[in-house]
Order: sequence, then C-alpha cells, then structure tokens
Amino acid sequence: MTVRDATDLVEVSGLTKHFPLRKGLFSRQVGAVRAVDDVSFVIRRGETLGLVGESGCGKSTTGRLIMRLIPPTEGGILFDGVDLSKLEGSALRRMRRQFQMVVQDPFNALNPRMTVAETIGEPLYLAGQDRTARERRVKELLEVVGLASYHAERYPHEFSGGQRQRIGIARALAVKPKFIVCDEPVSALDVSIQAQVVNLLKDLQREYALTYLFVSHDLGVVRHISDRVAVMYLGKIVELADKRRLYSTPKHPYTQALLSAVPVPRPGARRDRVMLTGDVPSARRPPSGCRFHTRCPLADETCRQVEPPLIDVGNNHYAACHRVTKGSERDDA
Amino acid sequence: MRRPLFDKRLKMTLGGGIVVAAILMAIFAPLLSPFDPNQQDLLQRLKPPAWSAGAAAGHWLGTDNFGRDLWSRIAFGSRISILVGVSAMLLAGVLGTLLGMVAGYKGGRIEQVIMRFADAQLAFPDFLLAILIVAAIGGSALNLILVLGVSGWMIYARVTFGLTRSLRERPYVEAAVSHGAWDWYIIRRHIFPQLVPVLTVVSTLQVAQMILAETALSFLGLGIPPPAPSWGNMLAEGRDRLFVAPWIANLSGLAIIIVVWGINMLGNGLREHLDPRSGDL
Repeated sequence: MTVRDATDLVEVSGLTKHFPLRKGLFSRQVGAVRAVDDVSFVIRRGETLGLVGESGCGKSTTGRLIMRLIPPTEGGILFDGVDLSKLEGSALRRMRRQFQMVVQDPFNALNPRMTVAETIGEPLYLAGQDRTARERRVKELLEVVGLASYHAERYPHEFSGGQRQRIGIARALAVKPKFIVCDEPVSALDVSIQAQVVNLLKDLQREYALTYLFVSHDLGVVRHISDRVAVMYLGKIVELADKRRLYSTPKHPYTQALLSAVPVPRPGARRDRVMLTGDVPSARRPPSGCRFHTRCPLADETCRQVEPPLIDVGNNHYAACHRVTKGSERDDA
Repeated sequence: MRRPLFDKRLKMTLGGGIVVAAILMAIFAPLLSPFDPNQQDLLQRLKPPAWSAGAAAGHWLGTDNFGRDLWSRIAFGSRISILVGVSAMLLAGVLGTLLGMVAGYKGGRIEQVIMRFADAQLAFPDFLLAILIVAAIGGSALNLILVLGVSGWMIYARVTFGLTRSLRERPYVEAAVSHGAWDWYIIRRHIFPQLVPVLTVVSTLQVAQMILAETALSFLGLGIPPPAPSWGNMLAEGRDRLFVAPWIANLSGLAIIIVVWGINMLGNGLREHLDPRSGDL
C-alpha cells in the first residue's frame, strides 16, 4: 500500500485530525477529539471508494480533510502527485479546481438568494470565465445533470431536494474536476430519488472519467456505487477491500456486525444477526488497544492492550483485527 | 385571529408617510418657509401661534424670543436633524457592519479584538462619551455626525457578527471556498446580501436614536451652535420661556416626537414585513 502507483489519484497517509478541546479562562487545551486518527488509503484513478461508518466515526471529516476545507493535524494528502497538506494560499486555490465536493444537505447547499445560473456559474466566474462562456457552460451542465435550461433563472426554493442535489452536482462539475468527494449525497433524499441521483453520479463518472470518494452510512447505496469500500470506526479504518469481498467475506467483527444489520428485503428471511452492545465510545478518550474491543464479541486481552495494524489478509483485503491473520483470505469470494 | 390595531401595513404606510413628509420638508424648507429662519424681528417677539389670541399675522406657529418665525425654524431645523441622523446612522452602519463581518468571518484573534472592543464601548454610556468628545472638539454638524457615528457602531457589529458566523458555516460558503473563492468574494456575494434585511431594520430604528441624540446634545448646548435652527436648540431656548411662551418648546418637541415616532413605526413595520416567519414575504 505504500508503493506509489501511477494509477493512484489520491494517496492519503497517516492523516490525522484532532479538534482541540479548550477550557477555562486561558483556553487551556484540555484534550482533543480525535476525529480522524492515522488513516491511510489510496484512491485509484476512475474508481469509487466507498467510506462507511456510523455517524461520528470521522468519515465526513476525512472527506473535508482531503478537500482541504479544514487543515489536517498531521499526515499527507497526495493528489495527483502534489501534497495538498503543504499547500497554502493561491497555490491551493489553483489546485482546488481539480477536486470538488457534493454535500449532504441539499437545502443549505445552495445560496437561497442566488439563481441556479448564478450558483452553477460561480465556479466558472471564480475561474475567470467571461459571461458568455459561463452562460453556455451553465446550459450545458444543466442538461448533463438532467435539468432543463429554463431552470437557470429560478431560485433554489422552487426545486425539490433531488433537483437541488442535481444543481449541486452541476456546480461541482462546472470546472471539470478529476475527483469528487460525495459527502452523504443522497442521505437527505427520498429512497425513490436516491437511486436517480446515485445513477446520475455513476453515469457522470463513466462519461467524464471521474474518481469518487463516496462517504455514506448507507451500506446499500455504497454497495451500489463503489468499487472498493473502507469501513471506519472511531477515526480509524478497520477494513478496506474490494466491494465484492467486503460484502461477501467481511473480516473485521465490526464490519460483520454492520452488514448483519442491513435489512433484507425478503419477508421471513432468517439470518444470524451480530448484535453489538453499548454505544460508540467517545472520540475524546478512545479505548486502548483495538478501539472496537469494548463492543467486540471476540475481544481478548491482546485486543485491550495492543492496537492492531491494518494488514493485508490477501487479495488486497485489509483488516485491522488481531483475530484476522495475514493471508487468511483464500480466493473464495 | 384578531387583527392588531396597528398591523404592519398601517405601520409602514403611516411611518413611511411621516418619514417622506419629513424628508420633503427638509428638501423644500426654503419654499415652505415664509420667513428667513434667522431673521430677527424684535417687535414681533414671543407671539403665540395663529390659533391663540394675540397672534401676529403671517407667523402661523408664532415667534420665539427674538421674533424669529417658529414654523420657518422648524422647517429648516428638520434639515439638521435628518442630515445628522441619517449620516451618523450611515457612518455607524458602515463601520459596524464591516467590523462585524470581519470578526464573524475571520474568528480567532481578530474576532476577540473587535468584539471585546465593542463590549467595552457598550459598557460605557455612549452619550457621556459623545458629550465628552463634543465638549472637547466643539459642536458642528460634522462633529456631531462623527461622534454619533463612532459611538453607535457596536449594535451593527453585534448583529452582523452573529449572523456572519452562522452563515460562514453554510455548505454553499464551503462550496465557494472549495472553488477557490477569496474571503472578500464570499463576504460580498454570500454573506452581505443576507444581512441586508436585518440591517435595514436596525438602521431605520437607529436613525430615530441618532435624531434624539442630536436633539439632546443640542439641548445641552453641545450640538449645533446657535443661531442655526435645530430642534434641539429650539427646545433648549423654549425651556427658558416655558411659562411665557410654552409653544416654542411644545412645538419643537412635537416635531421631534412625530418624526421619531414615524421612523420607529416604519422600522417596526419593516421588521415584521421582512421576518420570514410573518409568512407572506
């Protein structure tokens, strides 16, 4: 995983974000929320990496770190060979055109006082394009995302959630980025609309050779759109594998529990549920050793003391669990 | 639901009407005045208004201690009141809005410096500060505007600071950042336009405060120096003759009350109108 490959678009290494907790008269730092803690992965050109986990596990923070909306505490973000974590000011501003974001909340994602044309045209304006070029491109983009050109002069409140999300996608596409972070792009939408938006994202990926980081808590949606999937728990990646392998032979007990909680759309279907007890511990004081040991049905003394590294169990299937041994994965998936 | 006696439409119409009338009065003061406001006529001094016994012909609202026509002085006095009120409001508004937006957007040390300064000035009786400064640098329309403007910026800073801070976190602001927008672009395009409704209301109400402050300073002899007519001066002069010629203080006081009441009503009406919860925006 450390060997850099020309096919890798994004390479994240040791990414860490601690939000300091301050207290008292002199804002003494009394601790930190370890939202993302030493996370490493790569995203290959043209693929979709799904990032799943419960709320608060740091998946959105990871996306925002890669977008450089917040500065990382530690670690590197190599984008197309350029370390974003070292960039500042106008150099960063110039790079930003290559990576974009689609956010969860379609109601706050658009400025209510700007027309659709102004919203989608904003990145073009910021990139220095003149009015006629902008108008042409806005029309083009509206069509690409499945809206009509007469929508251009309308305001966000005249659209449904799904349509607003399409406008947000059009805005992200405006400056022809290579990489898009989709932060829960369909979580706020009705199920019937979710499929439309996800399929739109898939079509766009094919057409424009886009690379996605797809952040979601919805395992079904992630399975539908991703090529590979990473599972996060309390600021750490606990498992990362090819979608097919992750869903058929999950290695980490947490992944197994998550997958067993997905409802099966078949009445009377029986299966083994792995029930987790307790709540997710606070990211202020994460448990020692394996962060999952407080809730893991298989935990033993080693798990409580030693933090398991993310190891290759074979076939590019990575898991961070003492109970999973190297090379244990047979080609059975 | 019963309609209130003063619903927002009535407030805006009545308040707006009074404000427009006052502005027209200020603009057309020379046409409305039958006399030069500073022309003394000692034979006609302390004449009561036209509806009282012993009124002098032509002086509708009577004359003051020096025989100057009270109506003409009130008409010309509206110029000073409105000029000082509006200019001081604009100065305070520009200062406060800019500082509030910078503090709310930048946060951190800049926020601490600006907002703690605002707190400190809010804790200080601003009228006392105004008296102090005017006493030191002397009274004139320009000095009044500067003093009142600088002593009134905090309210704008507070309002814009809070709003800016919440707007800064909106995803569309982050989207602009992710497209490489400069801070100034975001403030201009995404933050300021959303502050306009609130600022309209705050500044309307503040014009009334500023007019009152001007009158109070002039009343204390720290405002516009006589003989220039200002409502505050006239009130002060009227006080000395309150028992002999009560109309001087009463009528100039009435002018102040009507204008301030009108502006406040307009401001309240606007606030109800611009509040999205009122439902028919």
